[in-house]
Parts: sequence; structure tokens; C-alpha cells
Amino acid sequence: MALQSLDIAKRSATSTESPQARKTPQVAKLIDVSQCIGCKACQVACMQWNDLRDEVGNCAGTYDNPRDLTDQSWTVMRYAEVETERGLEWLIRKDGCMHCEDPGCLKACPSPGAIVKYSNGIVDFHQENCIGCGYCVTGCPFNVPRISKKDSKAYKCTLCSDRVAVGLEPACVKVCPTGCISFGTKEDMHERAEERVAELKERGFTNAGLYDPAGVGGTHVMYVLHHADKPGLYSGLPADPAISPTVSLWKGITKPLAMAGIAAAALGGLFHYVMKGPNDVSKEIEAEVDKELEGEK
Amino acid sequence: MQVSRRGFFKVCAAGMSGSSLVAMGFAPTAALAEVRTFKLARTTETRNTCPYCSVGCGIIMYSLGDGAKNVHASIMHIEGDPDHPVNRGTLCPKGAGLLDFVHSKNRLKYPEVREPGSKEWKRITWDEAFSRIANLLKEDRDVNFVARNDDGVTVNRWLTTGFLAASASSNESGYITHKVVRSLGMLAFDNQARV
Repeated sequence: MALQSLDIAKRSATSTESPQARKTPQVAKLIDVSQCIGCKACQVACMQWNDLRDEVGNCAGTYDNPRDLTDQSWTVMRYAEVETERGLEWLIRKDGCMHCEDPGCLKACPSPGAIVKYSNGIVDFHQENCIGCGYCVTGCPFNVPRISKKDSKAYKCTLCSDRVAVGLEPACVKVCPTGCISFGTKEDMHERAEERVAELKERGFTNAGLYDPAGVGGTHVMYVLHHADKPGLYSGLPADPAISPTVSLWKGITKPLAMAGIAAAALGGLFHYVMKGPNDVSKEIEAEVDKELEGEK
Repeated sequence: MQVSRRGFFKVCAAGMSGSSLVAMGFAPTAALAEVRTFKLARTTETRNTCPYCSVGCGIIMYSLGDGAKNVHASIMHIEGDPDHPVNRGTLCPKGAGLLDFVHSKNRLKYPEVREPGSKEWKRITWDEAFSRIANLLKEDRDVNFVARNDDGVTVNRWLTTGFLAASASSNESGYITHKVVRSLGMLAFDNQARV
């Protein structure tokens, strides 16, 4: 295996923290929803770069195509027609992995090294370690990962980790013709978002704001929303995403408790062996059994 | 398979200790992970213009191999050209999907003709195509060219043939096309500005 190009900050099913000798800048992708025209160039560029080709679907009466994320479509445009105080609005959101600082998928994953978080913030799936259990799908607060029917492994947006590792921007960012998607350090993206939010407020979107939810420790894919007070308008973007309590419980308190249980059982066994010794059958009992058997005959 | 009582306990103990070790973080695999290898590292880059609309976005085509004698180059990826002043690396969804257009089974790779009354497309050579077009243009122009109108005013017009030019032409080829078409007297002249 080649040397790592990026240090690993977190690793699934691994309780020891990964040591981080190198510091890499935190990267982020900023999606300015107010600038998106829904052309889907990002969807095409994603498929081209990652060598994916989804099946041709059918029309469900909206522009959503494909209708949902799949193992071959790591990003989809979601079109929502909503009535707001400004009248009918067409809100188009590019959906895909949010690259959480505290990833629910990674926390839920039971397979060591199948999900890693690099030191630059990218959350990546490693299919060679994936066991296809689907816990990441349950653990994700944004319902993003999908299991492939071909190889039963989980797939999602990698934030083009292979491009970012060599200093390039993700394919969707490069292709975007309206400049709605931008990429840079998380700090720079925060600054860019502030500028855009100020511009939107000036134009009458008083509730404009940045979507960088604290419930998952912030995300490395952020949105500028014109209605930041109601993220649900954007095809059900969760207002306050957090890792499900089931996952937190199972991977939090349950794990050490179960370990303590296993240890106690082993210790109990040892004590029993030391104090009582092996469970031998005494000669008297053996003689009794022999007698009974003879009696039956 | 026969498993003895003793064997069964052994297997159970081994399984439990193994899974406990993993659960405690002593995973048997090395803590390494590598991103997917960058697929364009040694490809040949060729600049071109997107063939779709008249915006004329710059593209870079990445092809297999380094141009060595025995390599049959094949385009394996296409991206916007970040140094091109028109699009600065961006592309529309059609431009972004150019790779599939290049490798499409339906792509037209040579001139074909469907003659009047025929149902079949027939493959012809470029020379045949050029000669055929030139001959048909000349035949039509010889018959229908109008040098003067009914009042005797010189008009030099040719109304029976039209010309549809390409969209992604450079300024220079656009200028030459215009000169050629207008100097023939052709009036119906348009360009395919969008697809």
C-alpha cells in the first residue's frame, strides 16, 4: 500500500485516536443555494470524475432526476416549490454528503477502517473494508450513504478526496457555471458566506444565513440559504441534525458496559476454576450411573 | 462435520477473544487508508473547444498514454479549461458529459448521404462529400442566381439555397464563412447557436 497522502483524524470501529503528526488545512465546500439554477452540471461532473453511470430513470413530474441519491449518483439536485411570504419560490438544493466534523456514519460503522475522516475534514468510505451492513445509512443524520446492489458496499460523495489530495478542487466545484459552488479552506468559505449573506439581506432576504449545523460539530459542505430560519423548505434539510441517540447509546455507553460484562464473565470463569477446579465427575456418581444403566438393560 | 464438546468450546473461546480484541481497538489490519489514485497523473492533455453551443467553452481532453509509438490514445476524461477566458474551467451539464458524447455508439464519424428518394444512409468519403456539395451548390446557383431584379437594379442574390454554419467556430473561421457565403449571394444564412 502506498504511503498515506492525508493523515487520518478518525477511523470507524477504532477506539484509539489516530495520531496526527501533520497538520493539513481544513477544507470546505460552500453551496450558495441562491445562485443555483439547477442545471445539474455538478451531477454530470461527479459521475464523469468518479466513473459512475446511473441507470436512466423515469420522470416523476419534477426535475428531480434521479429521484434520490443512489450508489451511482452521489449528488442530486432537489427541486422544491414552496409558498413563502415572498410568493411562490423555487428552491433548488444540491444534496449529497455534508462531510460532518462529527460523522454519524463513522460512529455507527462496525468495520475497522471502512470509514475514515482525514485531517482536512473529508469523510471517506473505503469499500475494501466495508462489510455492507448499512449501519452508516442509519447513522447518517442527512440520509446520504447508499448500498450498491452490485457489490453490497456503501458509497457516497468523497468530496473528490483523490483530487483534493493532489491539490485540486472537487469536480462539482470546478464545473459549476454559475459559481454557486465554491471551495477553499473552511475559514475562507465562512468569509465568502458572510459576504453572500450580507448581499442577500440587502436584497430583502432578511433571514438569509449560513447552514453549518453545530449538532454534528459543523460540516465541511455548507449552504448559504435565503431562508436559513426554515431549512426544511429546502426539500427537508434538517433544522438541527444530530447523530441518532440509538447510535450514540450503542456506540457510547453500551460498548464499555458490554466489555465490562465480557470481562466479568471471563473473570468469574477464572475464579470458578481456581476455587472449584474442573467440573469432574466423582467415582461414586459414575458407579451409580453404571448401575442404573445395567438395571435398564 | 463432527465437532467434539472440547472443540466447540475452543472455537467459542477463540471467537470471543478475537472479537473482544477487535472491540477493544486492537484491529488486525494496519491503520492505513489511501485515497483513490489520481487518475490523470500521466495522461496526455489536449486543449479543445466544446462542440456544443456558440459560447465555445475551452476544454481539456485527457487521453490514455504519453503519445508513445505503440500506444493507441483514447480520451478517458474531459474537463473545463481553467485558463480559457470564456468559461475558466466551468462547463454546462452537456459539456461536462462530453466523454460519453465522444465514445457514443451513435456518434457520426464520417460523411454519409441519403439521396433523394432513398431510405438508406450511404457512407461516402470526405472528397466525395465536398465534390457533391460543391457540384449541387453550383448547379443550383447557375440556374437560380438573380443578378438584377425586375427593375434592372443589380441585386446579386441567390435565394434557393441556405447555409447553416457551425456554432463553435473561432472568429477567423466565422469571418471566412461569412465572406464565402455572402460573396456567393446567399441570403438565408444562420448559425446553429445552440443545441
